[in-house]
Amino acid sequence: MIKLKIDNKVVEVKKGTTILHAARTAGIEIPTLCHFQLHDMDIENKPGGCRICVVDVQGRKNLAPACATEAMEGMEINTHNIRVLNARRTVLKLIISDHPFDCLVCAKSGSCELQSLATKFGIRDIPYQGEKSAYRKDTSPSIIRDMDKCIMCRRCEMMCNEVQTVGALSAINRGFKAVVAPAFEMDLEKSPCTYCGQCVSVCPTGALTEVDHSNNVLRALADPSKTVVIQTAPAVRAALGEEFGLEPGTSVTGKMVAALRRLGFKYVFDTDFSADLTIMEEGTELLDRLTRHLSGDQDVKLPMLTSCCPGWVNFFEYNFPDMLDIPSTAKSPQQMFGAIAKTYFADKIGVDRKNLTVVSVMPCLAKKYECQRDEFKVNGNPDVDFSISTRELAQFIKQANIDFMDLPDEDFDHPLGESTGAGVIFANTGGVIEAACRTAYEVYTGKVLEKVEFEELRGMEGIRSATIDFDGLPLNIGIAHGLANARTLLNDIRAGKSKFHAIEIMACPGGCIGGGGQPFHHGHSEILKKRAAAIYNEDKGKTIRKSHENPSIIKLYDEFLGKPCGHKSHELLHTSYFDKSSEVDIHHD
Amino acid sequence: MVSKIISDEENPISASSTKPAGEQYNKEVGDKNKSYTYAAPEKEKVKVKVKLSEEKINRIKEICELFNNDPGELINVLHQTQQAFGYLPAEVQEVIAHSLNISAAHVYGVVTFYSYFTMVPKGRFPISICTGTACYVRGAEKVLEEFKRQLKLNVGETTEDGKFSLSCLRCVGACGLAPVVLVGEKVYGRVSPDGVKAILEAYKEQ
Repeated sequence: MIKLKIDNKVVEVKKGTTILHAARTAGIEIPTLCHFQLHDMDIENKPGGCRICVVDVQGRKNLAPACATEAMEGMEINTHNIRVLNARRTVLKLIISDHPFDCLVCAKSGSCELQSLATKFGIRDIPYQGEKSAYRKDTSPSIIRDMDKCIMCRRCEMMCNEVQTVGALSAINRGFKAVVAPAFEMDLEKSPCTYCGQCVSVCPTGALTEVDHSNNVLRALADPSKTVVIQTAPAVRAALGEEFGLEPGTSVTGKMVAALRRLGFKYVFDTDFSADLTIMEEGTELLDRLTRHLSGDQDVKLPMLTSCCPGWVNFFEYNFPDMLDIPSTAKSPQQMFGAIAKTYFADKIGVDRKNLTVVSVMPCLAKKYECQRDEFKVNGNPDVDFSISTRELAQFIKQANIDFMDLPDEDFDHPLGESTGAGVIFANTGGVIEAACRTAYEVYTGKVLEKVEFEELRGMEGIRSATIDFDGLPLNIGIAHGLANARTLLNDIRAGKSKFHAIEIMACPGGCIGGGGQPFHHGHSEILKKRAAAIYNEDKGKTIRKSHENPSIIKLYDEFLGKPCGHKSHELLHTSYFDKSSEVDIHHD
Repeated sequence: MVSKIISDEENPISASSTKPAGEQYNKEVGDKNKSYTYAAPEKEKVKVKVKLSEEKINRIKEICELFNNDPGELINVLHQTQQAFGYLPAEVQEVIAHSLNISAAHVYGVVTFYSYFTMVPKGRFPISICTGTACYVRGAEKVLEEFKRQLKLNVGETTEDGKFSLSCLRCVGACGLAPVVLVGEKVYGRVSPDGVKAILEAYKEQ
């Protein structure tokens, strides 16, 4: 331990701690811009590039960047004397001098960290005139890059390369021309980008934003020939409230349903329903593969990987094209919902699929891309027409003069709105596999599962494993969230070292609750934990907590699908994967 | 972004030859009809898609193996590869990325960071104008303008016949001779805009 003085306060910290962290232990908040950290997840970006966090260290000639300077025994630090404040203001003015002044129409306005700092420091004029950056804008199905707004904090680069190991983005060029871009400045769409959206969720400015579909949704709602239905992903209810000033971790399911009804959606349905359906299909597939494996079938592929996460699907299609037969063929809940809505439900209400608009609210940006994939269309008509993010929905509610806090709690419509606790926990890392275990256990053993909570599958560690006793059959489960962790497990499988029967993978740290479309957490990892807790609470409050007990699911199989993994299911609820590795033929070893 | 595919026969890279890279591609793509133009870096970039032959891929992999496929040796690998091929087109960078197990974006980031690395082939006689402090104050900019005017080139470009390319560098340690111009490895000192024509004439016949 070492002792130092920050703003005349004696602070004791472990050796190796940065001045920034030492100050935070003492309750002193030093402003930062490029620095970014998600505690407990080993995610930290501290390039020391922006110089907003400079502090005055007694005896040192120049100011020290607090995020990248180690605290030393006996240091005396001042975090806000006139020298420091002037330096910060100058730095801010220099950064802003090459930043577009279009805050009024910027997608990030209100959540922009550069804007907040400018407000905090009372910047009123920019004395530095000169050349301004002018890069082309790059629009992909999910993410928009506007590099004129890039301040080179390199958080996105850290996320893309270290946390996700996607390698789509890198800092390129030098000096004034430096930006973050894909290789050879190709379009993001042609790069290995998975659209996980983690770059968007950490970008401090409007340089990386999502593709906004709310206008398309508005247009559909205004079209009298369209019947517009909406599905809401499990993770949305645990985070939407944050946009209305509610404490993180406040579940707003009932209010969200009420708001959607007031927005004009004819039917308000739940992706939790199709999450239950996913369990029926994916669980059956797992049991099928498992029984065949146990009976000595050498061709059967194990471990089986979950396939709910479109970011993850993009990742393995690009990086592991030799292993496309390992993931479950089950579609994601979003796409299962679309497929059922535009067949079973459309028939029920007597509407042609062309006149049924299916909208989804997702915590995710990759879902925007997923619903546009060709294999999820019938004669050019997509199963899910538009996917909007949690943030877009919040904006939408605000625009419609809805007093969110004043809304009563309302229930989802039937039949595609009925769900179980198993469907809800899809939002959390470990949730999909826990939900699968609840059903697979009962189907496999024929016994009733007394304790539905599998604590051993929960948590925030990047890679987790557990062995679940299926009445004498030890089932080895692996869980990874964050694509770097997924890559580790995938490499093990490729090398023949994996001991798992089933692996759940979610692209985003924390699972969908930390998705790229969620309200910005600005690095506060406790927000993610609170969202996760809210999801588990919601599960606890449900009377039915196993997917196969969902009455609407049972009815759906009775009336329409037949049996899980049957002929009709295969047609509507399963998909195949494609090799997306580089078109340039260089990957031959 | 415009993409153009050129066949392997037109490919200016030849790993097998021991001749300086500049000489090979001029012989192979010297023909004006084979449009091999590059827009100025500031303008929209024309990307030439090169299909690499097995042989060239193997040459790149050999270089990477020389450095144990260590990602930390990226700069050395790029140096050697540029020495072998004359320049570092996108496809070459992709092979390097694959061999060193790093992203192509990362390789591209390093290539674009250092002015020494180039993604376009240099001319047979690469002209470099020193714009270091000493040369600059003694009129290097005017000399550069004259080269640009005479060759109808921007910095970073190569003439259509592949003879000359134009670049800037910072200080060759001959400040006493400022302003300094390099053509290949030959150093010209005290160059004035009037002297530019004479320098170019000397190479026009070669």
